[in-house]
Amino acid sequence: MQQLSLLLTSLPDGILLGFVYGVAAMGLTLIWGVMDVINLSHGPIISLGMFGTFFIFIKMGINPYLGLIPVAILGLLLGVAIYFIAVHRVIDAPHLSSLLATFSVNMIIIGIATAALTTSPYNVDFNMGSFDLGFTTILGTRLIAAVIAILVTGGLYFFLYRTRPGKYIRAVTNNRAAAELMGVPSTQILALSFGLGTMLAAISGALIATFFPFSILSGAGYELKSFVIGVLGGLGNPVGALFGGLILGVLEGAIPAFMETSWVPVIEFGLFVIILLVRPNGLFGAKE
Amino acid sequence: MKNWRNHLGLIVPLLVVTGLAIWPALTDSVSNRENAFTILKAIALASSLNILLGYTGYVSFGHIVFFGFGGYVGLYFLNEQGWSIWTSLLIAGISSGILAYLLGKAILRLRGAYFALATIGINEAVKAFINNFDLFGGPIGMTLNFKVYKEYGGAAEALSMAFYIMAGLALAAIVLSYLIRVSKFGLGLLAIRENEDAAEVMGVVAPDAKTWAYVLSAIIPGMVGVLFFFKNGNVEPHGAFPLHASIELLVMVMLGGQGTVLGPILGAFAYQGMRGYLVTSDFFKDIQLSVSGVILLIIVLFIPAGAVGWLRNRFAPLRRVLP
Repeated sequence: MQQLSLLLTSLPDGILLGFVYGVAAMGLTLIWGVMDVINLSHGPIISLGMFGTFFIFIKMGINPYLGLIPVAILGLLLGVAIYFIAVHRVIDAPHLSSLLATFSVNMIIIGIATAALTTSPYNVDFNMGSFDLGFTTILGTRLIAAVIAILVTGGLYFFLYRTRPGKYIRAVTNNRAAAELMGVPSTQILALSFGLGTMLAAISGALIATFFPFSILSGAGYELKSFVIGVLGGLGNPVGALFGGLILGVLEGAIPAFMETSWVPVIEFGLFVIILLVRPNGLFGAKE
Repeated sequence: MKNWRNHLGLIVPLLVVTGLAIWPALTDSVSNRENAFTILKAIALASSLNILLGYTGYVSFGHIVFFGFGGYVGLYFLNEQGWSIWTSLLIAGISSGILAYLLGKAILRLRGAYFALATIGINEAVKAFINNFDLFGGPIGMTLNFKVYKEYGGAAEALSMAFYIMAGLALAAIVLSYLIRVSKFGLGLLAIRENEDAAEVMGVVAPDAKTWAYVLSAIIPGMVGVLFFFKNGNVEPHGAFPLHASIELLVMVMLGGQGTVLGPILGAFAYQGMRGYLVTSDFFKDIQLSVSGVILLIIVLFIPAGAVGWLRNRFAPLRRVLP
């Protein structure tokens, strides 16, 4: 009975967080799907998104949700820049090259940001009230973050399926050579996809910053979560990532009711390896 | 070694390690010994990783898991069960090898980036598990009882001994790497790297060969772990499984040249030297990570074969002496 009440308290929180994790993972999995690159600079970009909220809200006093727009635009531009500087040359090279190229971007961002911002934790003290549901209380910031996460997913879906650049992205995902023959400007589309991926990472970071304290290094943890979610939902399947995020959120909400919280990563990463082995296309992906 | 001319390639690596091993004794400096220890450790780990990464073409992003796991097992027997350092090293090597065998059977079916992701997942899962494992001290880890040092004639003597064992392990890693490189088994691994399906058609039993490459690349890191924590005096989960250290190893192998015997050695040397310089220099110390990142990026983009690979491609006669 005690477990049930614990479950009821922590589960809604986990679910709401799951949506936000889903947005981060969506960025990772979009890039993977389009160009077979695992973006190891994902974590620092999430962190930069967090600092985006910090500077916009604390220093400039703008509402953090309004601040998402500049964060998203900067995230997009940063991603396009990273693509042309680090990724474009190694896009057809073996995986090791693209992994190390994106990791070097990770080192560069962390290095500069550590010098400028130190690694000590920051906090955005932002309150949107809370709702009492009887058995649990839900923080307003988390509810809004989850709603925004769903809107972003819907927007991405609309973009990929209803607009011309989105259709180009899907065409390049399916078969880049064929898309090029059909006149799709593949370089621009790859850069755009990378930019969209980092934009999603920055947005998720900006949302996470409204309810958790953070430092420049905290992105790494969310990057690992993104891997797990990406594999749960199927790498290369952006909408599946939202469901993967939900599963992870439910796990994080449910496990502490039954065992100590420190077991959560054991189960998460164990599950991650098992799913990679059994269903590398994800729980919702097509069979090979 | 009757046909010593056939083994010219082993000379340079051996000279490097011997030089490193006697350098602290010659200069009679403890700080030099610390530096040499770090470089030898990097050489042992990078050469081991090269067996899997360079020869077989499988990118392991979590190779440090064997370092941490072996270190934990060894330190447990050394500290809690009172075994000697030698038997502890042995048991650590064996248990790392067994772990690699079991993991390899499962995850080596994955290719490319999926394998890389799985190794990250395993590193994190093992770290999180040990964090909860009371026998190994849970989140606090284990602290070495100083009585252990007494058996070896006090702390100073024990540390000096640890240094020479590390030199031995680095040497062993290089010889192992070289023997694999020139063996038929190694040729099979290279074939897997170039094209796994074609290799199987030509009679390479790829699943077995890959698993053994994984095992051989895991044994020495396990032993290095014991030695490192023996010297440090304690072990805890975050220090034992640092993901960034795994990636540093990849950088070393890339820097020197993957798939060559000398490459990881040079890479370990260059990387540790560069890091030592950047961390201590007034100008770079705040942004040393960024500078390393820029250098890595330039190498990945423009010299993907690494220093030794580049030399081999440019100057054909060097191929005999730079294996």
